[in-house]
Amino acid sequence: MEKASRPSQLFRNLSAKFAAIPMVLTALVIFVGCTVWSFVYSFTRSKLLPKPLFTTEDLFSIPMPTWLIKDGSFDVYYITGFVTKSFVGMAQYDRLWSNSRWLTSIENLALYAGFALVFSLVVGFILAAFMDQKIRFENTFRTIYLYPYAMSAIITGLVWQWILNPTFGIEKIVRGWGFENFEFAPLQNPDLVMFGILIAGVWQGTGFIMALMLAGLRGIDEDIWKASRIDGIPMWKTYIKVVIPMMRPVFVTTLVLITAGILKVYDLVVAQTNGGPGLSSQVPAMYVYSYLFTAQNLGQGLAASTMMLLGVLIILIPWTIIEFGGKEKR
Amino acid sequence: MTAIDVNIEAVEPRGTKPKKVLSNRNIMVYGVLIVAAIYYLIPLYVMIMTSVKGMPEIRMGNIFSPPVEITFEPWVKAWAHACTGLNCDGLSRGFWNSVMITVPSTIISILIASVNGYALANWKFKGANVFFTILIFGAFIPYQVLIYPIVLLLSQIGLYTKLAGLVIVHTVFGMPILTLLFRNYFISLPEELFKAARVDGAAFWGIFIKIMLPMSLPIFVVAIILQVTGIWNDFLFGVIYTKPANYPITVQLNNIVNSVQGVKEYNVNMAATMLTAIVPLVVYFVSGKLFVRGIAAGAVKG
Amino acid sequence: MNKSIEVKDLDLAFGSVKVLKKLNIDIFEGEFLVLLGPSGCGKSTLLNCLAGLLDITDGQIFIDGKNVTWAEPKDRGIGMVFQSYALYPQMTVKGNLSFGLKNQKVSKEEIAKRIAYAADILQIEDLLDRKPAALSGGQRQRVAIGRALVREANVFLFDEPLSNLDAKLRAELRVELKRLHNRLGNTMVYVTHDQIEALTLADRIAIMRSGIIQQLDDPHTIYNKPTNLFVAGFIGSPSMNFLKGEITDGGKAFKFGNTTMSLDGYDGGKLTDGTAILGVRPEYTTVDTTGIAGKTLEAVVDLDEPMGSDSLLWLTAEGQAMSVRIKAEDIVDKKTVVHLKFDMTKASLFDVNTEQRI
Repeated sequence: MEKASRPSQLFRNLSAKFAAIPMVLTALVIFVGCTVWSFVYSFTRSKLLPKPLFTTEDLFSIPMPTWLIKDGSFDVYYITGFVTKSFVGMAQYDRLWSNSRWLTSIENLALYAGFALVFSLVVGFILAAFMDQKIRFENTFRTIYLYPYAMSAIITGLVWQWILNPTFGIEKIVRGWGFENFEFAPLQNPDLVMFGILIAGVWQGTGFIMALMLAGLRGIDEDIWKASRIDGIPMWKTYIKVVIPMMRPVFVTTLVLITAGILKVYDLVVAQTNGGPGLSSQVPAMYVYSYLFTAQNLGQGLAASTMMLLGVLIILIPWTIIEFGGKEKR
Repeated sequence: MTAIDVNIEAVEPRGTKPKKVLSNRNIMVYGVLIVAAIYYLIPLYVMIMTSVKGMPEIRMGNIFSPPVEITFEPWVKAWAHACTGLNCDGLSRGFWNSVMITVPSTIISILIASVNGYALANWKFKGANVFFTILIFGAFIPYQVLIYPIVLLLSQIGLYTKLAGLVIVHTVFGMPILTLLFRNYFISLPEELFKAARVDGAAFWGIFIKIMLPMSLPIFVVAIILQVTGIWNDFLFGVIYTKPANYPITVQLNNIVNSVQGVKEYNVNMAATMLTAIVPLVVYFVSGKLFVRGIAAGAVKG
Repeated sequence: MNKSIEVKDLDLAFGSVKVLKKLNIDIFEGEFLVLLGPSGCGKSTLLNCLAGLLDITDGQIFIDGKNVTWAEPKDRGIGMVFQSYALYPQMTVKGNLSFGLKNQKVSKEEIAKRIAYAADILQIEDLLDRKPAALSGGQRQRVAIGRALVREANVFLFDEPLSNLDAKLRAELRVELKRLHNRLGNTMVYVTHDQIEALTLADRIAIMRSGIIQQLDDPHTIYNKPTNLFVAGFIGSPSMNFLKGEITDGGKAFKFGNTTMSLDGYDGGKLTDGTAILGVRPEYTTVDTTGIAGKTLEAVVDLDEPMGSDSLLWLTAEGQAMSVRIKAEDIVDKKTVVHLKFDMTKASLFDVNTEQRI
């Protein structure tokens, strides 16, 4: 009698494992490996090129407690950790948070994110609710609202730069109507520039939010609407008291998606203002890019990028717990 | 007024309830939708109008007025003669670069992700879900965290600034959303089909090619839409992982429009912008609802 | 009896598709009327028209003598219960019951009174502070009924309310509904595709097909004197046996194959000789081991299907498959030749062309 031998675990599903190699490599090398690398090197004094973490010199010298020394190249006292020849503890982060350009970037991002979130959620939902009224030409409206989303943020930035151009655009037209002192040059005004970008960003993104919301609305049991009509609830009240609470998951998901997208905002600003005037429309992604590739201060760029990652995690982790933590218990 | 009222009183309600076409509700709904539609259409309108005007007309008139004299000169110039730095061969170079980047990136990323999604849906192996979870969370990692180490990796294998390097980058960053898309689609197919094929003796690749592929045309179209528009519109990876001669169209467009040298030719700029927008717009208008399905499928479940 | 609902010449079309055609129906006060039919027959559509959730194309609807053709659902004096319950998921049971009332500016004391009343009748007092997600299917359906109850509506509309429940619960709630109707005594219109529900609950059943009411009668009549072939075939499980043959002997006998059966006791119109279809229910057929050749139908047993309380015998007679219900203890072996005798007082004859009962 021949005994059927159980195939080794390793070789079961071999084709599937083979097919998954790109995924495994991407997950491990790129998403885990590169993130860890960036994180580690954000604690180094890497300039143009990454500095080796340990040099032979380190073998012969005792790493110094950082709170004792003052580094020549960084005008700060290290607060924590030990330094080697390249390892500088939290120095890059100290410097980051005392850099006015970074602080401007964070302020800009917060401003942009706050307005963009509220605006695109409210407008997106209202448009979706109106689209859900069994209207005619629904497809036409949807096509119009969504086409900007198909285009590059570069295009969005450039076209709105043109429309907001004070010499030729809206300002000129309104002045032409007789309002000689009308001023509308958000992209040239450091105080308003983020709103100029907001106009373009909302233009591009709201259609997408509308589509998500509309899908959410269509997912609501039609009997709910019937029940509320029989109860004699006005439509607006049904939306506020019944439908919106029911769409909570859609709102949360949308919120996470918009926020994650906003943190990455880069192309749009590059095209529309390139961070100007001056440094007034800088965003974190731009800060990272310039320190990594032009200012030749790798450690600083990586520290900034790590802060961006932290920002994403702050949004992502609670969301994951709410969204998936509950499900597993069931 | 009273006459109408009397009339309504007199008629016993019968049949469809009479409705005013111009009810307050309709005016509000359509009013808001139309105003929003105008806001959305203005930039496209301005782009097209500006791109067919001559510079003198732009200086004199306003950006919303239709052209007095239509000229396609700016389009020709944008395509063939516009300057980026010292190069003055127009946007055509970037256009063909983008084609050369988009086509292989789309094909390779979809091939890899579809097979991978199929493996995840039907051939679960130990640890598969761990990697898949990492992949999905990876989609949320800001690119800024990853771009520099990837530069180093690509330099190591000699593909930095090469087209192949950029294709790899697009494949990697497209993988989370595409894998999710395909995995969810294959999971939605009836499992019995897969089981029946296995009982009939078909194996991994046989089932994929003979059973799954013929049933997945729509999802492939969705994936193609997603990738073509995404890759064509990419700016960041293009600027980082290619050299100026290989710059994709978006990077070149930005360089043309935002170059500080010379007199600004707004009509050429807008023609160049339109030229860049054409590919995704055509994809969008042709694909219609599938586009919505693609972004929704990619986003909501992400 | 007073009419509670009157439907006059109701037409409903979606574009060029006519869903309801010249429909007329009167429903009396306190009546339990069931709309029954296969899916797509228009029964739910009719209910939605009564509720005012669908705009009709032509015709009129009266509720309690009032023309409500153009009235809003909330002004029609109706309550409605849906298949998916349609409870507001973010509100407690109490919130669900009171939401509509609050909106109609009913006083707080009155709301509390009505909720207490409904909760008492439906025995959901303990559930008032729970949210729908924390309720079982049966409990949810009770709350949904409660929502109709607190409206103090004269007419209750049910749209397949038990379809989402499992068989056991469905049977329980069926009895409860019947009790509720007895207690409240208001008009109920109930849509279902389940004939057991229809037969058990209804005072009258309206059987619909493609937008037309085929028969409107009490369950007994529907079952025993189906007006046409469709109704005969739709009601009853297993289905009625249909034998195509000829009426002979001046309407006194029915010839099926080589057997000529006496039509003595047939309850129907005047019979004339000619081709017809004889419909007999499986339970109105007796099986004997012996019979009279040429007078009783000879059949071969194919299969015995014991159902517990009784058995179903599948046989072939004159090349046609038939089923007969027999007592559980009457065991008949396969391939046995038996003789069938039909109870003609409970049989139906149908015209071949018009398919109407003769």
